Amino acid sequence: MKYNVDKNGYYGDFGGAYIPEMLYPNISELKENYLKIISEPKFKKDFNLLLKKYVGRPTPLYFAERLSNKYNTKIYLKREDLCHTGAHKINNTIGQILLAKRLGKNRIIAETGAGQHGVATATVCALMGVKCVIYMGEIDIKRQAPNVARMKMLGAEVKSAKSGSKTLKDATNEAIRDWINNPVDTHYIIGSVVGPHPYPDMVARFQSVISDEIKTQLLNTENRDYPDYLIACVGGGSNAAGLYYNYLENKNVKIIAVEAAGKGISSGESAATSILGKEGIIHGSKTLLMQNKDGQITEPYSISAGLDYPGIGPMHANLYRSKRAEFVSVTDDEAMNWGLTLSQMEGIIPAIETAHAFSVLDTMNFKPSDIIVFNCSGRGDKDLDTYINYFKI
Amino acid sequence: MNRIDQIFLTKEKLLSIYFTAGYPNLNDTIPILKKLQEAGVDIIEIGLPFSDPLADGPTIQESSKIALNNGMNSEKLFNQLKNVRNEIDVPLVIMGYFNPILQYGVDSFCYNANKVGIDGLIIPDLPLDVYTNKYEKIFKKHNLHNMFLITPQTSEKRIKLIDDISKGFIYMVSNSSITGAKGTIDQSQLNYFKRISSLNLKTPQLIGFGISNFETYNNAINYSSGAIIGSAFIEFVKKEGINNIEKFIEKITKK
Repeated sequence: MKYNVDKNGYYGDFGGAYIPEMLYPNISELKENYLKIISEPKFKKDFNLLLKKYVGRPTPLYFAERLSNKYNTKIYLKREDLCHTGAHKINNTIGQILLAKRLGKNRIIAETGAGQHGVATATVCALMGVKCVIYMGEIDIKRQAPNVARMKMLGAEVKSAKSGSKTLKDATNEAIRDWINNPVDTHYIIGSVVGPHPYPDMVARFQSVISDEIKTQLLNTENRDYPDYLIACVGGGSNAAGLYYNYLENKNVKIIAVEAAGKGISSGESAATSILGKEGIIHGSKTLLMQNKDGQITEPYSISAGLDYPGIGPMHANLYRSKRAEFVSVTDDEAMNWGLTLSQMEGIIPAIETAHAFSVLDTMNFKPSDIIVFNCSGRGDKDLDTYINYFKI
Repeated sequence: MNRIDQIFLTKEKLLSIYFTAGYPNLNDTIPILKKLQEAGVDIIEIGLPFSDPLADGPTIQESSKIALNNGMNSEKLFNQLKNVRNEIDVPLVIMGYFNPILQYGVDSFCYNANKVGIDGLIIPDLPLDVYTNKYEKIFKKHNLHNMFLITPQTSEKRIKLIDDISKGFIYMVSNSSITGAKGTIDQSQLNYFKRISSLNLKTPQLIGFGISNFETYNNAINYSSGAIIGSAFIEFVKKEGINNIEKFIEKITKK
């Protein structure tokens, strides 16, 4: 298993747990228990039942006919946007809330960028009757107002992160500080495949249900269980990790990761971490991250709040360095136009994060026989204001 | 002998002060060091600012941000400290997060630290196992102590492991918390202080985080070799500037 985590918590050169001693007991508790807990038959049963009855899984693998005709290839969309709460994020929060309960925790904290993970966390906390505190950057609170309201309605306390760039990176810092201050009763539900080991592996495992289902679904429609291409957007990289997970070792499958170029790679306002980043440490993990020559973490930019994270998960950093995945980057404008295209060609309004992935269709050549699976990771309701302002609708 | 070991042999109930290099002004590093030495401080921790100080409260977050805006970085700090040992005899420690040190190059960083007369480093997010596997040799080559943290949650087994590897002192975090003044020490903290004290560790302990005034300082030194003050000192500098630092120290040590 070359592309999965090793016994020390690394993916090649990346990963590990670069944490202050204050977090050591919490992280060790998780590390020593997570595999045992998630492989228990009772846990699996609870997890799968909630995914089925509450989240609405399996999500469809939808053959996008008009898009396929236009690009003369076979395009499938994995409809994670149809999950309860509108994105793939809830696959992970269901898993982690069940884990937290088994660890005896009665308070949940989480960070959120676009608000999707915050909503997914607030939802499972309401479901389980657990206290929930969500950290969100002050700027994100303004640009994702509907999600803030949803979290509050679900009973969560939303705390504004006012430090640094006031976005996802700083919300994560604040959540980590909260965990240092509340080490005994609190579980931190990280929303992406980032952070110290075992988080990247744990989140990837909970999201791997996406590619589990694709295997069965493709077998039914295409008579083989793998596609030629898997394409997903990558901020921290949780939807991509779930899409790739069961195909990492299958060399017939080409993996494409789409990052947010913001206003352009060399504009100074970008979030294309693989190109602009260097090896370093962010939020307890060694990975590729955007930083200046002094090792200070720089502020990323993307029109989509879910992609402006200065790092990528260590699994993705390893896929990049080992060339297992091809990384491409897509500007705000390209992504916004695809938001409109997908709406009008397939009747699906995607999240702006998700819209980034589709731009690959304009830049890469695919054969008519190619089977391409896009992760349609989230729906665009939360982005309506941004779409309205951009297109003057 | 390393100056840190020397001071523990010759003095009891130490006072260590942390400040952020480059705050309030870029070139305040040497003037602050001189004032702290004159005021009788026993060990000084020079904070290398970082953009994302995970273990720090609002005070050190703010001072770090201002220091970075002032242009502080590793190279400038080493330049400022080039001749520090002509004037300062107090043991000096650099405290900073790992990423800036990693980008500078751990070996170059340690080489330069030793060259200017730094006695040790505190890197909160450099874990013990990574240190022993990868960096311990480099620290030793450059005669630098690496100080580790323990907290109320640290198991006794791990405390003993840390004690084995530690040089200089163990940084005993007073509470399950990020840095910042709270003004009091409660009973559960005192129980923790007593528990650690009764372990009779080979490495002396300094208690830090939440130590801010005469009361908290005195509570801490009753159970340890001394205490560390950071945020409360930075708050003082923010209000009073750097000219009357001795007044702050007097208030801590004499009622």
